[in-house]
Amino acid sequence: MTSDNRPASLAFPRWISFSKVVHRETIIGWLFVLPALLMYAVFVLLPFLLSIQYSFYRWNGIGPMTWVGLHNYETVLEVPNLLGTISNAFRLVVYFSFIPVTLGLVVASVMTRVATGRLGAVARTVLFLPQVIPLVAAGIIWGWLLALPGLINQILKAVGLGSFTRAWLGDFDWALPAVGFIGIWVLLGFCTVLLWTGMTRLDPALYESARIDGAGWLTEFGKITVPLLRHEIGVCLTVTVIAALAAFDIVYVSTAGGPGNATAVPGIQIYILAFTQQRIGLASALAVMLMALVLVVVIPIQRLSRESTQ
Amino acid sequence: MKISRSELWGGRALLLGLMTITILPFISIFMTALHPSGTVPGGLEWPADPQWGNFVKAFNVAEMPALLISSTFIVLAVVPVSLAISTMAGFAIGHLRIPGSRLLLFLFVFGLTLPFGGIIVPLYYLERDMGIYNTRLAIVLPLIGLYMPFAVFWMRAHFVNMPTEISEAARVDGATIWGLFWRIHLPLARAPITSLGILMSVWTWNQFLIALVLVEDPAERTMAGALGAFQGHYATDVPLLCAGTILIVLPTLVLFVLFQRQIIAALLQGSVKG
Repeated sequence: MTSDNRPASLAFPRWISFSKVVHRETIIGWLFVLPALLMYAVFVLLPFLLSIQYSFYRWNGIGPMTWVGLHNYETVLEVPNLLGTISNAFRLVVYFSFIPVTLGLVVASVMTRVATGRLGAVARTVLFLPQVIPLVAAGIIWGWLLALPGLINQILKAVGLGSFTRAWLGDFDWALPAVGFIGIWVLLGFCTVLLWTGMTRLDPALYESARIDGAGWLTEFGKITVPLLRHEIGVCLTVTVIAALAAFDIVYVSTAGGPGNATAVPGIQIYILAFTQQRIGLASALAVMLMALVLVVVIPIQRLSRESTQ
Repeated sequence: MKISRSELWGGRALLLGLMTITILPFISIFMTALHPSGTVPGGLEWPADPQWGNFVKAFNVAEMPALLISSTFIVLAVVPVSLAISTMAGFAIGHLRIPGSRLLLFLFVFGLTLPFGGIIVPLYYLERDMGIYNTRLAIVLPLIGLYMPFAVFWMRAHFVNMPTEISEAARVDGATIWGLFWRIHLPLARAPITSLGILMSVWTWNQFLIALVLVEDPAERTMAGALGAFQGHYATDVPLLCAGTILIVLPTLVLFVLFQRQIIAALLQGSVKG
């Protein structure tokens, strides 16, 4: 801009000064990004690369590091207790992800039909509550409710199912579903409110014409609601699947991975391997596998949910 | 819309049932917290002699004042810095579209799916080498870095939708890039910055893993981190544990009730954009 009043014969220097301005702006632009990039690089990207590096070594955290190649990965795949954490993570996906999303779709659809007023608003606030308290608190609260003298067993006794009572989180068969139930409690409200927001944006005329054609709730639900909410469903699935695969807080306070390894998930196992057993290399191999796993599962979900919006 | 009576009442019953399941745990730990310390009461029993003193006792043994100060300090250190640097980066990537912005965006988006658990081990050794392990900075600095993917992505989504005409007009009037950012675009970005601030405050307050691994002294941790330690010490004293949990959850619950609209909107937008 500053060079505009120069004579036309000085075109060459003018070009130079223009490029200087552009160059200067690029530098200023990069200076705007630099602080964020620096923090991200030092505290996320660098540890990420170090994780990969550590995974090829045997290291106790203090002594020298020994190169072992892919041995740590082989160990994860061979030792049942380590591989089991990954299958546990996938079992948690059923509870943290499929059930809240499916149930959330039903509840949100019920809200748009029978609770358009105050009841719906109150229900959304109440169902959302577990989402704002720390997961640790949810774990502690349910740790008490699911204990032998806790509320769940008290209710079971009251309705005549006293023979079913047990220490849910200490039972080899029931600990994982019980942890999963805590996840449902935390995530249902989030999914419901998110899906409800999506549903309120849908055109009511669609439903009216469907109803004129004699469509019932189920047809409406399967033919209109679910296909049109693909993006919202994709978001819910992404958030909840990551919550399941990378679970730590709830499991750590409610069972710490026990009994035995019944509820051990990768997050817990990484913590134990690295900070109580000092097997940094093995912990890192599991960490790398966890990060790869999340990517492998999340990318297809994102692809599927984006297709419809384009 | 015509809805049958059975659907109307069935639907309402479902909603009331789910609300009960959500609320009942809170009522149960509240009643438990009022029983004499050291006893093991039933799940839903009003005590004969409510021990309100349990809350005072939990307040003292959990070192609540120190905790509140520590958590507030961490939030105040993390959130404004994160907001400032992510807004600037989002502006440069989304609006100035500097050369390399596609690569930068890709780099930040890559971090969106990275679980904290995947990088916590090297982070621990990195912080030991840097000499910040076991200080509040040990929580503050990684959190800022870990929030960057989401925060930059979020702010970029705002700036990418701002019409370029605004900037061109300002540039003709001789505004510098900094002036353009500070005087024109920052005031226009107030809404997304506020939502992002609420989100990051809640996340920081509730942060557990980072606090657990990187700071040994619970009184220097976040609220959630301290709660984990409290559970470790008082696992056998159920009424006291329940009282402590209520005290630690209370600030977020109060904030949620006061700002529920903004918080719900921010959390939902956050996930949709992410």
